[in-house]
Amino acid sequence: MISSGHLTNNNPDITKWGVVVFPGSNCDHDGLDAIGRICDQNAIEIWHKEDHIQDLDGILLPGGFSYGDYLRAGAIARFSSVVAHLPEYVENGKLVIGICNGFQVLTESGLLPGVLMQNENIRFICKEIFIRVERTDTVFTSEYDEGQVLCIPIAHNEGNYYLPPDELDKIEEERQVVFRYCDRDGMVTSEANPNGSVNNIAGIINKKGNVLGMMPHPERRCDPILGKPDGELLFRSMINQIKTK
Amino acid sequence: MKARVYVRLKPSILDPQGKTVLRAAQQMGYDEVQQVRIGKLIELEIEATDKSLVENRIEELSRKLLSNPQMEEYDLEWSLDE
Repeated sequence: MISSGHLTNNNPDITKWGVVVFPGSNCDHDGLDAIGRICDQNAIEIWHKEDHIQDLDGILLPGGFSYGDYLRAGAIARFSSVVAHLPEYVENGKLVIGICNGFQVLTESGLLPGVLMQNENIRFICKEIFIRVERTDTVFTSEYDEGQVLCIPIAHNEGNYYLPPDELDKIEEERQVVFRYCDRDGMVTSEANPNGSVNNIAGIINKKGNVLGMMPHPERRCDPILGKPDGELLFRSMINQIKTK
Repeated sequence: MKARVYVRLKPSILDPQGKTVLRAAQQMGYDEVQQVRIGKLIELEIEATDKSLVENRIEELSRKLLSNPQMEEYDLEWSLDE
């Protein structure tokens, strides 16, 4: 295991994070950097064969192309040892965030509803987009303002979120949508929807509220050197939540 | 023996790839082509003398791994080795 940030963790103010590494993950180091260096927490790499995860405060499933995205994005990673231990981890109320490929793994594993299909325009899209914070009463977004517009990059080929209409109504009723694609003024329009996702959905949480999946990359918007650090408050929200528990 | 698993998108799911291929076919003058849907063919070689011994397991594999029932459906086709 490679560590970033604090190597030992005796300080109760320092939360302990695992960033899962699958063969083909490529945003794991951005995640380690965001949590370990920028937020000054204890962040370690967790190899996908690992089965001791229950002592971690939070787990990040990073972006990339796990197992080459063969079959379907996230389809094979979902059967890894680490992911097999996630239901128990989630049941215990611990936090899980899946970004991009990590979101795809979470939907494939059934920890989050829906599927991420190929982008409507059949292209890999790599650009900065805007998302609107739909809820601030979640452990992932408490540091944001309601309706705040964030500028965060996306980089994916399968980000077209889909749910059958009746199930879509259900997650909207349960307020499980946390982020929606919008324009720079926060208007949710079809023009601002980069990939064809139903209801402009960019990120959702589970009913229990401790699993978040999102296609945009907040970990790439944490270092001020890369522009306005709009993604940092997401990690700060989670860290504060763990500390106040 | 061999099993062929045909995985395709459910009819209710849009297939942008198929749509693009349809447009290309029509532009080439194949006006009789009305719809294109693109799927996957997965071929499995299986060690078993009788299909009935493994059928349930291969069905399960098709549901759990080879297809995602939320957006896809599959058909199984069996053949003996030549």
